[in-house]
Amino acid sequence: MTKLYFEDFTPGQAIEHGPRLVTREEILAFAAQYDPQPMHLDEEAGRNSMMGGLGASGWHTSSLMMRMICDSFLLDSTSMGAGGVEEVKWLKPVRPDDKLTLRTTVLDTRRSRSRPEIGIVRLHYELFNQHGDGVMIMIVPTMFGTRDSKGPS
Amino acid sequence: MIKFFEDLHVGERAQLGSYLFTAEDIKTFASQYDPQRFHVDEEQGRQSPYGALIASGWHTGSIWMRKLVDHHKAQIEAMRERGEEIPALGPSPGFRELKWHKPVFAGDTVTYAVEVIGKRVSKSRPRFGIIETLATGDNQNGVRVISFVSTTFIERRSPSAE
Repeated sequence: MTKLYFEDFTPGQAIEHGPRLVTREEILAFAAQYDPQPMHLDEEAGRNSMMGGLGASGWHTSSLMMRMICDSFLLDSTSMGAGGVEEVKWLKPVRPDDKLTLRTTVLDTRRSRSRPEIGIVRLHYELFNQHGDGVMIMIVPTMFGTRDSKGPS
Repeated sequence: MIKFFEDLHVGERAQLGSYLFTAEDIKTFASQYDPQRFHVDEEQGRQSPYGALIASGWHTGSIWMRKLVDHHKAQIEAMRERGEEIPALGPSPGFRELKWHKPVFAGDTVTYAVEVIGKRVSKSRPRFGIIETLATGDNQNGVRVISFVSTTFIERRSPSAE
């Protein structure tokens, strides 16, 4: 894959990535460290919760999605990170042995007025499980280096 | 913030404690979940627009979650000792307006808090109310590094009484 600059993103463009298998062990390990609530740690507690079974922490799902974004295209880009996230929706729990796929869609692009070497690309991310159910969406305005200003190489 | 829906009030705030982000810790999280160059390598961080190694924003957020869970556990324990009824919490459907205001550098200590900014009854799950909270993290200089508006389901004391 050639390195993606700001100019390479056009509204409507979509990038697919995956699948990525999620194991029970990693769900438990993340939860033990960052979100030790019973429904993320124990099958029985999960069944008795609104999750209806053991489910990954939303922060784990988000972090997994971030890793998939990195592997999909971000590490091969001039990304300079993001100042935030407009919206995150955890639509369905991620379960052990789920196979996740990521779809990235470009919403819009604009060049920074104050810093012409940077452009902002608003990216809409959708994460699906093996049944085709959406498990998470998020919208992230991300900074990319511009080709004409020779962003970070 | 473990209280029945009816007992939670807008403006109510809880301190969740602090967390020191070490370089090792930043790199361990990032190498697994967010291996962008400025999160995994000091030298690459120096050459980046941030000027140093910085924590993944998902790391800063995940620690907020841990601090909230610890806070809740302590509250629940105290309530049990007092023999009080403990409300059920539902999973969060998500958050909005997450801002990573400033980078978190190695050696920074972030102090987390949460404040109730809105509440409404759940239409889909009448046993629960929906609480909107502003989650925050400030560094050792009192500078805000993270904030977001989070949504949580919390049990109602008397679902039938409107």
